[in-house]
Amino acid sequence: MHKQVGVVGAGSFGSVIANILAENSSVLLYARRPEVVEEIAETRMLSGYKFHRRVIPTNDLEFLANQCHVIFPIVSSSGFRETITDLSPFLHPYHLLIHGTKGLDIKKEAEGPLNRESVRTMSEVIREESVVVRIGCLAGPNLARELAEGQPGATVVASHFAEVIQTGQKLLRTNRFQVYGNADLIGIELCGVLKNIIAIASGALSGLGLGENARALLVSRGMVEMIYLGKALGGNTEAFIGLAGVGDLVATCSSKFSRNYTVGYRLAQGETLNEIMQNMDELAEGVNTTRIVKQLADYYDVSAPITRMLYRVLFEDLPVEKALDSLMKMSFSEDVNFL
Amino acid sequence: MSLTQKIKKKPKEYAPILPKRREWPVVQLSRNQKTFIEEVILRSISRIREEAPTREALIDVLETTLYRERLRIRQNPWAVDPDDEEAFWKKVKSRLVDISAHQFTQQQQEQEVQSILQDIVSRYTREIASRFRHSYYRFARRVVTFGFSRLLNASRVKGFRSLFSTQYSLRDKIHIVGETEHLRTLAQRGTIVMVPTHFSNLDSILIGWVIHTLGLPPFIYGAGLNLFNIGIFAYFMNSLGAYKVDRRKKNKIYVETLKAYSCEALQWGIHSLFFPGGTRSRSGRIEDKLKLGLLGTAMEAQRIHYQQSERTGEPAEKIFVVPVVLNYHFVLEAPSLIRDHLEIEGQERYYVESDEYSTSYKIIKFLIKFFTKGSDISVSFGRGMDLLGNPVDEEGRSLDKRGHLISMQEYFCSGEKVTRDTQREEEYTRMLGEAILKSFYQYNRVFSSHLVAFVAFEMLRNAYPLLDIYNFLRLPEEDQIIPYPQFKAVCHAVREEIFRLCQLGKVQMAPHLEMDLDEVIDHGINNVGMYHSKRPLLKNKEGDIITMDLNTLFYYHNRLEGYHLARIILLKTEKLSEPYA
Repeated sequence: MHKQVGVVGAGSFGSVIANILAENSSVLLYARRPEVVEEIAETRMLSGYKFHRRVIPTNDLEFLANQCHVIFPIVSSSGFRETITDLSPFLHPYHLLIHGTKGLDIKKEAEGPLNRESVRTMSEVIREESVVVRIGCLAGPNLARELAEGQPGATVVASHFAEVIQTGQKLLRTNRFQVYGNADLIGIELCGVLKNIIAIASGALSGLGLGENARALLVSRGMVEMIYLGKALGGNTEAFIGLAGVGDLVATCSSKFSRNYTVGYRLAQGETLNEIMQNMDELAEGVNTTRIVKQLADYYDVSAPITRMLYRVLFEDLPVEKALDSLMKMSFSEDVNFL
Repeated sequence: MSLTQKIKKKPKEYAPILPKRREWPVVQLSRNQKTFIEEVILRSISRIREEAPTREALIDVLETTLYRERLRIRQNPWAVDPDDEEAFWKKVKSRLVDISAHQFTQQQQEQEVQSILQDIVSRYTREIASRFRHSYYRFARRVVTFGFSRLLNASRVKGFRSLFSTQYSLRDKIHIVGETEHLRTLAQRGTIVMVPTHFSNLDSILIGWVIHTLGLPPFIYGAGLNLFNIGIFAYFMNSLGAYKVDRRKKNKIYVETLKAYSCEALQWGIHSLFFPGGTRSRSGRIEDKLKLGLLGTAMEAQRIHYQQSERTGEPAEKIFVVPVVLNYHFVLEAPSLIRDHLEIEGQERYYVESDEYSTSYKIIKFLIKFFTKGSDISVSFGRGMDLLGNPVDEEGRSLDKRGHLISMQEYFCSGEKVTRDTQREEEYTRMLGEAILKSFYQYNRVFSSHLVAFVAFEMLRNAYPLLDIYNFLRLPEEDQIIPYPQFKAVCHAVREEIFRLCQLGKVQMAPHLEMDLDEVIDHGINNVGMYHSKRPLLKNKEGDIITMDLNTLFYYHNRLEGYHLARIILLKTEKLSEPYA
């Protein structure tokens, strides 16, 4: 089987994954905008990022689906369902899809309070919109900038199918990139989704000029919150204490370059969400995630103090200092009660 | 009565799809029984050797099997067990002892363990195998249709002539609804795996009769060995192509042999019937978890069809899954089933797979009651699907959500080639299980008796929010009274919700549910568990609702679990100001 491998989405993470895949295989990289395809084809660069010679850009989803048995959709969660719907007519049951998107989808026809019927993970969107069943996801501490520099790192491929995990490992494994497998697809997807909330909070702490004690407090309590939410939404505790859970959480909360972190930082500096959004070219996934997850926490009656406070900061203009104050005044007794 | 007459339509007649019985797959199977059994034995042995490839591993499997079998013989013997069982396993034991005594060369040892395995597998295969005899089948069928319709007419048409009257037939008692034509077409396009819900031991006989009525050739199915303890059942089972499943035997060799049997039969194109819940639903609730073992054999058979088709270029035979939901007002075994359920859930004692206490006499008595008094049954057929749960069209082609054709074969491909991947097939089977469960809830038909049992139980239960279910069920029945007006108000709200769910296609309902509400309630109370000595629901002299048996009421109530109806009752009862209990 020496087929090409497909990547759908030429954002920063999609481009990095395309390059990693190119070390083992020939890669077709789909970009929605024709001018982006042209730019890559001519300059072999995009936004200052250099592509491997085996990455071939394309604007043709049908061609990509025909050429590739394994496809990595890596687009933002807001465009995810639409992209899969566009790709769907060309997909077959033999395709393997491993997505790298860390967000949630709200079904259009959803009415009433949000619950798990109306809020879908990306793998569930793929199931709903296509005939593909062999689905996986990528998650882990994968800061695009560091991977682009060729720094060592690792990722998790999660799927219900051993076949998908093995294929993901075979394709992604390089000397500088470890690939772990996990069978809890939903749990691992939720790790990637929920950590974005904590990442915004982490940026906010820095914006307030606070130090590492505060961050450690946030990361560990954030982890507990992620586990509670994750269990309520269909994941298992185990997923959260692995590379895609605690690993990704630590990386994202410490990185000063992530969009989520930046949103938090600027909120703490006194800017409002609207002001911040005006000069960010790509939306931070965590903002939308906080909005959705807060409602899910209400529906399933999950204790999620950080998410709820952040929700008020983002959408009800509560100052960050006040939010922090209220969090510090809450009474928590037990440290670890989720194992 | 007036209403049942209003609703009554002349039942549809179905011509047999294979009029010549030598064309019936099961007849072909029984003609070639010897070849078939040999193939099953070979397949089972290779399955077991795959998981226990070394001699040591196999000895381990044999020893575990031996241990479990001897334990079973001692602790849980049944009347149907053959007499030579003890002797057979004694022999196995002494042969295993000889091996461990190192009296053989390596090669001899290998031959000996293989030969022990062969002996056990052939014993199991012959035990499982069905003997379909057409003369039996014809006779059993006639007894069912002729006998029962005589009974039916005798009770409804007066006078001597009643014995010959054909005014009523079984079809008036048993309503066959749903996608029957679709099923008949699919049965000619491929192999059917029928998956019914399972509430009563009568289910298999009922389905056997329905299959014949629909003009389909007989199906084979795995019937619990315990049923063969009961004379009358044994006769019918043997004649309907049942193979025997002994749920006491959970050892690897037995389980693999059983799976090999089912897989081989499907490969031979024999329509099969699985009760995917495994056993009868003990709680009375529609299955919420399935046993996937036998379904997995369908997945395997389908993949083997594709592999063969790849080799030969012939089109592959397709396997279709057809969900069926059975609805009763009354389940003969309800009291003992719910007792089992509470014991298992309450963990009062370790639960042993028990032999039912029923006897032929009890069952005949029930059947006479059933056919002479009211109590209808409905059998509702869902649309066929492929093994991934996709719907199929009239030609049996798989369709995606947008109605586009899907190639089923591609699910079993890695790249371009069909490959064997047991983990993948297990996962597919789990997905198929989910699709089947979903359709069970969708094709379930709500009866008046389900409605009243659900409402009454929930109302009583809500009055004691602090008691757990076990303590609640121990309350004295005579204290439990629901005033009729409140009861009616809540029934109204729940029925409205059922209407709504019905519109959304999330459940179905019997036409009698649309009667005037007082009539529906009376109909329900008169029918729910009507032949139990302690009736689950009655009206007292004042016209209020009482119960004689909370446990069976709980059982009939459970039928409507899974539709989030309890929420409505809670809301509604909170609004009703007066306490009702």
